[in-house]
Amino acid sequence: MEQQLGGKISHVIRFAGDSGDGIQLQGQQFTVASAMSGHDLSTLPDFPAEIRAPAGTRYGVSAFQIQFGGDRITTPGDAPDVLIAFNPAALVVNLGNLKAESLILVDANAFTTQRLKRADLLSNPLEDGTLDSYQVVPIEISNLTVEAVKPLGLGTKDAGRCKNFWALGLILWMFDQPREPTRDWINQKFAGNAQIRDANLVALDAGHAYGENTEVAQILHQAHTPQAPLESVEYRTITGAENLALGLVAAGELADTELMFCSYPITPASSLLHHLVGLEEAGVATFQAEDEIAAVCAAIGASYAGKLGITSSSGPGVALKMEALGLAVATELPLVLVNSQRAGPSTGMPTKTEQSDLYQAVYGRNGDTPLPVVAARSPADCFDAAIEAVRIALRHMTPVILLTDGYIANASELWPIPDFSSYPAIKTQKPTAETEQAVFERQPDTMARLWAAPGDARFIHRVGGIEKDVDTGNISYDAANHQAMTDVRSQKVASVADFIAPQTIDQGVTGGVAVVAWGSTYGTLYKAVKDALAQGEQVAHIHLRHINPLPANLGELLAGFETIIVPELNTGQLATLLRDKLNVQVEQFNKVTGQPLNVAEVRTFISKFASRGKTLKPQEQVPAGAGRRLI
Amino acid sequence: MNALTFKDFATDQEVRWCPGCGDYAILKSVHKALAEGGSVPEKTVFVSGIGCSSRLPYYVNTYGFHTIHGRAPAFATGVKLANPELEVWVVTGDGDGLSIGGNHLLHTLRRNIDLNILLFNNEIYGLTKGQYSPTSRPGTHSPTSPAGSVEAPLAPGQFAIGAGATFFARCVDIDQKTMPSLFNEAKNHKGSSFVEILQNCIVYNKDVFDDVAAKKTAADTQIHVRHGEPLLYGADNDKGLRLNTRTLSLECVTIGEDDVTLDDIQVHDETNPTLALLLANLHLPTAMGVILRTERVAFDESYWSIRTHERRQRVEQLLRTGNMLDRRPK
Repeated sequence: MEQQLGGKISHVIRFAGDSGDGIQLQGQQFTVASAMSGHDLSTLPDFPAEIRAPAGTRYGVSAFQIQFGGDRITTPGDAPDVLIAFNPAALVVNLGNLKAESLILVDANAFTTQRLKRADLLSNPLEDGTLDSYQVVPIEISNLTVEAVKPLGLGTKDAGRCKNFWALGLILWMFDQPREPTRDWINQKFAGNAQIRDANLVALDAGHAYGENTEVAQILHQAHTPQAPLESVEYRTITGAENLALGLVAAGELADTELMFCSYPITPASSLLHHLVGLEEAGVATFQAEDEIAAVCAAIGASYAGKLGITSSSGPGVALKMEALGLAVATELPLVLVNSQRAGPSTGMPTKTEQSDLYQAVYGRNGDTPLPVVAARSPADCFDAAIEAVRIALRHMTPVILLTDGYIANASELWPIPDFSSYPAIKTQKPTAETEQAVFERQPDTMARLWAAPGDARFIHRVGGIEKDVDTGNISYDAANHQAMTDVRSQKVASVADFIAPQTIDQGVTGGVAVVAWGSTYGTLYKAVKDALAQGEQVAHIHLRHINPLPANLGELLAGFETIIVPELNTGQLATLLRDKLNVQVEQFNKVTGQPLNVAEVRTFISKFASRGKTLKPQEQVPAGAGRRLI
Repeated sequence: MNALTFKDFATDQEVRWCPGCGDYAILKSVHKALAEGGSVPEKTVFVSGIGCSSRLPYYVNTYGFHTIHGRAPAFATGVKLANPELEVWVVTGDGDGLSIGGNHLLHTLRRNIDLNILLFNNEIYGLTKGQYSPTSRPGTHSPTSPAGSVEAPLAPGQFAIGAGATFFARCVDIDQKTMPSLFNEAKNHKGSSFVEILQNCIVYNKDVFDDVAAKKTAADTQIHVRHGEPLLYGADNDKGLRLNTRTLSLECVTIGEDDVTLDDIQVHDETNPTLALLLANLHLPTAMGVILRTERVAFDESYWSIRTHERRQRVEQLLRTGNMLDRRPK
């Protein structure tokens, strides 16, 4: 074991149990401890849609995976080095992901006949040879927890619920990570219930002591992981949803504009609403509407009234909002719609990630109704992605779709705190006392009209979904005018490309294979391309922020490659877009399992196309704002 | 500044309703109401959905937003929450407000946000050429119900009161004398004010309200309710409504007949939702005027009572609120 864990620069741990076992909490606490230890990290919360699924069932298994260590970590890891399984179901559903040499810790008390049956197991995997190729350490976690907290006088049920902290204590010991952040959290969370607070603290310490003092230490040696080569800045752990909320608020401040966030709860988008509710003193007002349609409509109403309306949902909800988005395009009002994508179609798999709403975002409206689409690539990137979406909406007076997904929303990573004072202000089209522009007179470079809100006697006007006169904004059914307005709408979105930075290569070399992608596959592709470059393969990673319009230089950039590979968590939507817009031939790599891409599978795919250069030396180019994470 | 007249609230846009449409009279009453009520054009917003009635904002010289089908209350909610200083009107119809947009109307009334909602009820779909609507009477012949509609109609008043509305009033499109003041009653009510206007679609549902609205018989078919006054009607004002406490219904009686005296007549109490429901559901006579007016804090007020427009937190402070790892040189 010592050899296995001790020699590694990074580790992948997966916690798994019932959805009521506190697995996510355990994972989050380990994440914080890991960050405090100076490790880089990336997490993957992986839980069922059911809140408290029947205990012990396979479909009720909730898991949390983290990769942490002394290297640049951009993925939660392909396969766990250590699996902590609280019951038979949690063990068997995760076996497929394990490596041959993985270490498995199980709660031995959970492998009763009854619970084996709940997990549809005919025999006990601890005894029937299923686990022969793994190193298995059965520990009576439940009993040891109950025993440890016994002096505090809790009932058996409450006592048993402390087992996640007991196991966390043991895992923290295994990886030599501090208990202080968890202690602080427990003290704060259970401040009003001394008994539960103390029981959890005792459980945490007991698990830790079990590692230190018992014979198990002969099997589980402590692993000492080096610190990551981080930059000399301040970092914090942050989830995508948290950072998106912060980014939106930051954009409001940069634009000196109040935000009105109108939303309807939907998995996995609700967490953005929750975080923004907590930021209401920072220039955002939230409104929980009666449905998805009302949410987008209220947001557009707010934009008409002079605040920046923002709405958020996931695929099914976005489908409901589309008619209203068309109105925002027609009336040329600013709006940001955040889509936290999930596996579809229809309800699909609400808690599982996917990138299958790109067509919906780019093409999914009636009429010729173009709008800008941007995508976030990671939790750390959400801050800048949100600001960019708002900047475009206000610069061009248009709705903008910001694509993120369930993985980005829930996952966390280290985020280098940016120097916010260096962010340029966001200019709006609000009239000043001197403004002489008419409401529908457009700026020649952005095609933006005036953002004249009610309250100003100079700009009284009516807007609506009926086609309007290109100059006056009045109703017009004139044939030539509809052509002119359609052209204006198209030119407006196209003009966004004039204001965005040219597409750069994230890392790698030109001439061979270009891995072109968008969204949450960033971390996996970063690692896969980095590994390929280290093997001397002629490959580059190009990750898009702007989906519509594409960066003006993208066609030219891609012309410098022999092969273009497009890996996506869908059936080939960016691939279609690239063929459509750039008339290029692309090779697709697609996966729709509700899980992020694996480094290994992408690596294999790249190698199929990449030739091995002899003299090429990988050069890393770090794009502004996104990759400035580690040296 | 001189006081504005109703003409100041008209726009230069050509009005595009059918000749003889009841909407013209309503539009004129809106113009008058705005002038008489001292509405400020730049601080007033008319929001509408889709349908004949929803074209109205184009013809009112204030800010206006012609939105999408059924969603006007949601847009108006966004406008009012974003700027509670604005006077916000919603113009909708029986199809827009009660069919495709029923959900939004329900929740708007439940929240009691300060909007003035004018529902033009012509019991038919006009702009799509005459299909039956959710308020069409059973037996209505239309392109989609050639054998006569077999659906039970929705009563707008009952819907509103059931949703928790704090203000419900009714009028007829030809009643230009009382409409402007009724609209201002709606405007002055803090909370969602819901006004049903019986509107004559002369093309697809001509004279459907004749049993109630025909001028010749109106005195006997309408009862104009006034808070604190007995519920009397009739050409000689000798008919009235008596509460039958056994059947819990209002019955029509005539003073002087069957020993009925003025003391037997129910006195209108607009603050009583139960009485309002009985009045709203009467057909002959049909109740007109302010049927319900109760006080409940408006949503825009309660919404902002727990929030602030002020930016009290700056992003610079928020950046460092999570679990920090400081790797700056010590």
